[in-house]
Amino acid sequence: MLNYIKLIALGLITLLAMIGANYARDLAYQVNALTVALVAAGMFLWTLRNTGETVAYRDVSGEYMDGVVRAGVIATALWGVVGFLVGVTIAFQLAFPVLNFEWAQGYLNFGKLRPLHTSAVIFAFGGNALIATSFYVVQRTSAARLWGGNLAWFVFWGFQLVIVLAATGYILGATQSKEYAEPEWYVDWWLTIVWVAYLAVFMGTIIKRKEPHIYVANWFYLSFIITVAMLHLVNNLSIPVSIFGSKSVQVFSGVQDAMTQWWYGHNAVGFFLTAGFLGMMYYFVPKQAERPVFSYKLSIIHFWALIFIYIWAGPHHLHYTALPDWASTLGMVFSIVLWMPSWGGMINGLMTLSGAWDKLRTDPIIRMMVISVGFYGMSTFEGPMMSIRAVNSLSHYTDWTIGHVHSGALGWNGMITFGALYFLVPKLWNRERIYSLSLVSWHFWLATIGIILYAASMWVTGIMEGLMWREVDANGFLVNSFADTVAAKFPMYVVRGLGGVLFLLGAVIMCYNLYMTVKRSPAVEAKNHMVPAE
Amino acid sequence: MAKQPHKKQDVETTGHEWDGIQEFNNPLPRWWLWVFYACIAWGVWYSVAYPAWPGLKSATAGYLGFSTRAQVAENIAEFEEKLAPMNDKLASVELASIADDSELRGYAVSAGAAVFKTWCAQCHGSGAAGAKGYPNLLDDDWLWGGTMEDIHTTITHGIRNTDDEDARFSQMPAFGRDELLEKEQIAQVVNYVMSISAGNTPQDASLVAEGEVVFQDNCAACHMEDGTGDRFQGAPNLTDAIWLFGGDYAALYETVYNARYGVMPNWNTRLSEAEIRAVATYVHGLGGGE
Repeated sequence: MLNYIKLIALGLITLLAMIGANYARDLAYQVNALTVALVAAGMFLWTLRNTGETVAYRDVSGEYMDGVVRAGVIATALWGVVGFLVGVTIAFQLAFPVLNFEWAQGYLNFGKLRPLHTSAVIFAFGGNALIATSFYVVQRTSAARLWGGNLAWFVFWGFQLVIVLAATGYILGATQSKEYAEPEWYVDWWLTIVWVAYLAVFMGTIIKRKEPHIYVANWFYLSFIITVAMLHLVNNLSIPVSIFGSKSVQVFSGVQDAMTQWWYGHNAVGFFLTAGFLGMMYYFVPKQAERPVFSYKLSIIHFWALIFIYIWAGPHHLHYTALPDWASTLGMVFSIVLWMPSWGGMINGLMTLSGAWDKLRTDPIIRMMVISVGFYGMSTFEGPMMSIRAVNSLSHYTDWTIGHVHSGALGWNGMITFGALYFLVPKLWNRERIYSLSLVSWHFWLATIGIILYAASMWVTGIMEGLMWREVDANGFLVNSFADTVAAKFPMYVVRGLGGVLFLLGAVIMCYNLYMTVKRSPAVEAKNHMVPAE
Repeated sequence: MAKQPHKKQDVETTGHEWDGIQEFNNPLPRWWLWVFYACIAWGVWYSVAYPAWPGLKSATAGYLGFSTRAQVAENIAEFEEKLAPMNDKLASVELASIADDSELRGYAVSAGAAVFKTWCAQCHGSGAAGAKGYPNLLDDDWLWGGTMEDIHTTITHGIRNTDDEDARFSQMPAFGRDELLEKEQIAQVVNYVMSISAGNTPQDASLVAEGEVVFQDNCAACHMEDGTGDRFQGAPNLTDAIWLFGGDYAALYETVYNARYGVMPNWNTRLSEAEIRAVATYVHGLGGGE
């Protein structure tokens, strides 16, 4: 019966998408509609062929649902490589503008690829990492199978569709021009459906948990899922110009729109890239170190402080703009008060290793996690510092911001995700251990040196640029033209690109190592049956 | 060297366990707590001292009376007050006499460099060497004249714009597009022009003689019989080796066929008289001033 409902729904979606493609007012919409039609038609055929077949029933209620986590791990690794590759490409496009090829103008020039890079690394790489690890962690720490049956698979594939629609849309020109919220209205609607399903799976699993308490990692994951839903809905309030076109008009305008955008943008960092990844840290660091978490009290205090304070810090992106001074002051004050709550996570991560420091010498995976927490601490100090109005007047609009973001993104988000993948793959594919620890070491050093090249070159060029912009002669007249500052940045742009190449190379080595782990490492007995801890 | 376990970790765990993970019952690190308190205390003070808390209609102003707009206005006022005597002097003296007053000239050059880098560098390049379609200001080849007076007029009113009635204006006919000349005639005249320009050789020397006739009938009125151009009409000198849009056959053919004329905005609505005079002095001093 369910299959018939599915068939009707898929048939309708295919039909509507074809109608949409037929009446499309722009190319991006047309391509997106065709993509949806193809996917729905494919699923229609697949469902049709399985209808009426008898399915061998196997009781899986006593096992964890790991298939979807395996798919998520693969997606994370692959999207990661894609995102880093686009990043390296645009880094060199900035250093050598000739790489904005004439034949690819309007499609593969810097302006089109830049949002592709940010969305690929944040949402495709980071998002898949968060979904996959949260599904793994919530099952283990709740001693319960994922709630909702195949709903988890819907979340996974639905999210991949969001990525594909968004990415093709960017290249073909569908964008709201809001940083990290570029996808147009119909992709936003679809993401809303997927995200609500994600929340349902996660909450459902927590509700049916067999452990008396909710583990701290799950608080962080849950706060990330709920807050991202709220941010997404408010920042994407827009009215489509036509149901057959990708363009939409924002409901807010002027400085209200800017403030909403940076309330969203900053909390995409705060909840997507911080709270969510702290959830990851709180599970994988103690597991890999085989040590108890340093302090329960600290985890509870820094969690509530972090999520209460982070949400107000957005205005620091709009210092010295049309934003009223009072809002700018509050953004700055909350950013600075946020410093210690952020560091609570770092302390808990690092101190969990006390008593196991010797593992840093022997276990490159733990080394990866430790350097990740180290970069987290650095970025969460740098951030509040840059939010101070006087510092911001120098740093704003310069490459310093780019350096700051990447020490967080490559160092913290990248490294903790790599650590989690190295931890997960042997467990998920029932292998004894990772294929080659020495390759993990290679990855560690390539990535670390890459990040250092990246961050250091951006600090240098950012501060240089800021100083050049404000340099005046004895009479108080500006000394440099804008083009002078651009020309001066060239060597640092090359160094940044090289840093990116090293980081990318490390990720490619990781993919090889993970693949070989699945193929070659000695197998062990499956351990995905539930064992309640108490 | 394995470090001794932190002595505070002799404390118990909380007694819970999730998938093998336990939690110590360690207290909050003292330094962490005190820095957190200090940040909160600082935040309370700062939000009282500076504009912060919103009400229904307005926000608290803060007891220090700070505002970013006032800060900018103050900086600008201070700067303008300091420079006022020099600016007044620069705007009122005879243009030609600026060069005679070394203090005034030095001031005008540094002020003009800043104006140039802000407003002019986008087209003429930050080093003023120009680009295709945008004249090089370092040489002594001037389309509309290179005296202080001429440069001043050009900057004030611009070239061929529709915003300023006094903008200098001239327009080369599109000889090909508007069918004033046959294609063969254009080929002839292009070869003639190549033959008279320095460092250039005609693509087809056999056409030069016929080209000269075409030139004298159609081009000499503006570019003069000898091709040396006319600054009154902004008609370039065709006998030197300097080309604004390129001096090869294809570029010249395109120029004659479709015509070319650059546009420059008038700056009198955006810059003060002192700023225009400053940047004129700067450009005049780049090497080609007359």
